[in-house]
Amino acid sequence: MSDVVKIKDLKVYFDIQRGFLEDILSKEKLQVKAVGGVSLTIGKGEIVSLVGESGSGKTTIGKAVLDLVPTTNGEIVFMGESLKNKNKMEKKLFRQKAQMIFQDPYQSLNPKDIILDIVAEPLIVHKLVHTEMEKIERVKNALEMAGLVPGEDFLYHYPHELSGGQRQRVAIAGAIILDPEFIVADEPVSMLDVSIRIGILSLMMDLREQKGISYLFITHDLSLAWVISDKIAILYLGKIMEIGNADIIINSCLHPYSHALTSVMPVPKVSKGKERIILQGETPDPIHLPSGCRFHPRCPKAFEKCIIDEPDLIEVSSEHFVACHLFPRGCEMID
Amino acid sequence: MKDMKSKTKRPKLKKFLVSLRNSKMGTMGSVILVFFLLLAIIGPIIYPFNPQVFGTGREILNSPSMHHLLGTDDMGRDVLGNLIAGSRISLLVGIMATLISMIIGTVLGILAGYYNKRIGSLIMQFTDFFLVIPWLPLMLVLAVILGTSIWNIILVIGLTGWAGTARVVRAQTLSVKERPFIERAVAIGSSGRHIMVKHILPNVFPLVFANTILVSAVAILSETTLSFLGLGDPTQPSWGMMLHYAFESGAASIGAYWFFIPPGLAVVLVVLGFTFLGYAFDEILNPKLKGR
Amino acid sequence: MELLEVKNLKTYFKTQKGMVKAVDGVSYSLDYGKVLGLVGESGCGKTTTALSIAKLLPPEGEIVSGEILLEGEDLLKLSKNKFKRKRWKDVSIIFQGAMSALNPVMKVGLQIAEALMLHEKLTYKQAMNRTKELFKLVEIDENRVSNYPHEFSGGMKQRVMIAMALACNPKVVIGDEPTTALDVMVQAQILNLLEKLKKEINMGLILITHDLSVLGEICDNVCVMYAGKIVENGTVEKIFNNHKHPYTHKLIKAFPNIHGERKLSTSIPGNPPNLLTPPSGCRFHPRCEFADEKCRTKEPELNKVGDHHFVACHYGGAFI
Repeated sequence: MSDVVKIKDLKVYFDIQRGFLEDILSKEKLQVKAVGGVSLTIGKGEIVSLVGESGSGKTTIGKAVLDLVPTTNGEIVFMGESLKNKNKMEKKLFRQKAQMIFQDPYQSLNPKDIILDIVAEPLIVHKLVHTEMEKIERVKNALEMAGLVPGEDFLYHYPHELSGGQRQRVAIAGAIILDPEFIVADEPVSMLDVSIRIGILSLMMDLREQKGISYLFITHDLSLAWVISDKIAILYLGKIMEIGNADIIINSCLHPYSHALTSVMPVPKVSKGKERIILQGETPDPIHLPSGCRFHPRCPKAFEKCIIDEPDLIEVSSEHFVACHLFPRGCEMID
Repeated sequence: MKDMKSKTKRPKLKKFLVSLRNSKMGTMGSVILVFFLLLAIIGPIIYPFNPQVFGTGREILNSPSMHHLLGTDDMGRDVLGNLIAGSRISLLVGIMATLISMIIGTVLGILAGYYNKRIGSLIMQFTDFFLVIPWLPLMLVLAVILGTSIWNIILVIGLTGWAGTARVVRAQTLSVKERPFIERAVAIGSSGRHIMVKHILPNVFPLVFANTILVSAVAILSETTLSFLGLGDPTQPSWGMMLHYAFESGAASIGAYWFFIPPGLAVVLVVLGFTFLGYAFDEILNPKLKGR
Repeated sequence: MELLEVKNLKTYFKTQKGMVKAVDGVSYSLDYGKVLGLVGESGCGKTTTALSIAKLLPPEGEIVSGEILLEGEDLLKLSKNKFKRKRWKDVSIIFQGAMSALNPVMKVGLQIAEALMLHEKLTYKQAMNRTKELFKLVEIDENRVSNYPHEFSGGMKQRVMIAMALACNPKVVIGDEPTTALDVMVQAQILNLLEKLKKEINMGLILITHDLSVLGEICDNVCVMYAGKIVENGTVEKIFNNHKHPYTHKLIKAFPNIHGERKLSTSIPGNPPNLLTPPSGCRFHPRCEFADEKCRTKEPELNKVGDHHFVACHYGGAFI
């Protein structure tokens, strides 16, 4: 299975705007180190979830993969070709094949456009339709594939006339109309009602079945990631702490942060008195990163090495990687 | 299921007109402006008195009578006739100048907002120059250089009035640019030009429109001022020119109120009309302002 | 006597298009030291009941009928002034989006002290001391009373909001989606804190949320709301393990359970109903696979199906 997306050591640092005086007087260059070196592959038809809390860098990674934010270091390889060397034309072609679904269905559609124009926009931008008839036909098909049936009923409405779930389906229709290979879904259901979420997630999985679309699914909801993804990557402060098969991460994770996350994950059952690893404090800001392992200040199992050295991502068993000094190189006998 | 009946493009204009009618200011403003518009367009046809006809010596500065409803001016010309003809000029100048201002201001504002690093800074510095310079002296200088034909007046007012609009449009562009649907447009592969025209402009347009109304008021006032100061086109009987002659001929000291009050009142009413309409648009666009 | 009893509350909103029946005949009760969870999707009326209790409805909202008994006294029958004295002193709210409810240019401690000076008529010094005590209660360093809101993280701001809600020792605290915008770890911290406070202060807590899984962690009783009505009401054990209403069932299944099967359940078809013209009969019938003629025409009453367990369904659990 050839890889659709290969992220190699991605680093995204943002410069901070400070006052004029501070800029001159202070020698230190302050940056928000949103993503600190992430490597990941997504195969054809694979759904990989990036799970993390705020400050983990998951959204930034999603945008970097689609070339929507400038990268500081590292390489994104899409369908075997690096994004670095692409010229304007090639980048435009890339955009046809790699799309994004945004978190906020209330803001990600232009409120002044009718649905027809919103979904048809990719066709217009890439000059892929030549007649009005053709445009309407393709938009109708895309809408119906996204579950809005019959398509023609929706064409001339405005976004504010549709419900949240319907709007998200319109967004999906706009993303699939060009037959992409890869979609980045940034918290696509977190702003939707619970009963609507399942419909949208089912739709995404159906599209994977029918068209072989690969997904990078970004979420803070570990249980959602577990249900729909093949692989889960747990992120903390811009680095992957653990990555592996969804079942393994939920049921037999190794990293202390993963443990904590899975223990506090809400489940729909009575769970008073459940054993929960509640970490103290909150995720520190990505400007002043802790030394050594980023997680060490909050880690219940931290020891001396954790403060000095940053652990590498080690493969502890097939396709299961952990970045923690508790699992150093050479411990791969765990199965 | 939300009722999704088939729809063809239906008029948003109707909804807009209804909300306009509901606002007191909007109605008043519209009424005033429509009145003057009609006056300007069909007035000269209904009232065919030729305003250029000079009167004899006896007819100078006559008070209102059956023959001349608003009296005569310092050349014996019919004041009412001049007023009606003047409406055409004043409104024409106002609207044309506004158009120029708005186009320059909107284009520069959107460009400055979208490319808001180098290019934006440059454009904004240029804009600030125009904002800071006192407009009257600037206009006077330009009027003297370019000459005082009606088209030059329009140009002068248009070229000096765009800076405020540019600032406002830039601010709005910056805000619109951050909204997720713009990011989506980038992700789809749209070019900067496509985004600015298809996404930013329509979302900035309501603000531009409201701003236009207010700028029109200023433009008309500017024309009146220029003409009053003697820099207007002497061949065109705008209200400003009427005031100019009224002042020059000493009509005020004589007490020939019929000469200077009508044009003055007309300017005030038109500006008021635009201002009311501008407020009404503001309210419609920002429903939170209702019930101020 | 129960701490709080809401009886047949009806709150409607006047809109241009008509009367929106946001809360249409809702009854529940809350006891001392207990946590009641009000759960439902957006538009079901849960926030409106909270705002009704605290009488903080927007101008278009009106409590049309019903009783709200706080320790036996009907809050709705009190005059405006009398109620003003009770608000925040007896009933306080932790608002949704609480993080933006703090004045950014005012020190945090002062914002709480302000409420104290207003309601409890304390002096500035007394109020600041009490504020420091409150900070200690919600596990924030006392010295941070002189910080500004932007110096706090999201989770800490939420703690400040809780401190503010507890300032006047209320009998009932209503938390309107208090953990919704927070990270999962911070959410766990806040729920832990609420649990601890519940025990220490013996206050009654109404927790409003759309997240069913949060309920399982700290609630004693749960009310499931749909379209302005309560469809099921019972202890948290009964709701999760022995629920009877089809909506409750579907809602619970909509949350992935890592101890269960790893697949997406079937979604609930349709959309939440229009509250201007709610469906006839049982409001859930258009989306219920078991609906029949009776469901379409006759509105079901809240019937007792067990100890501390009520369901509003004609078939009360027959299908589950």
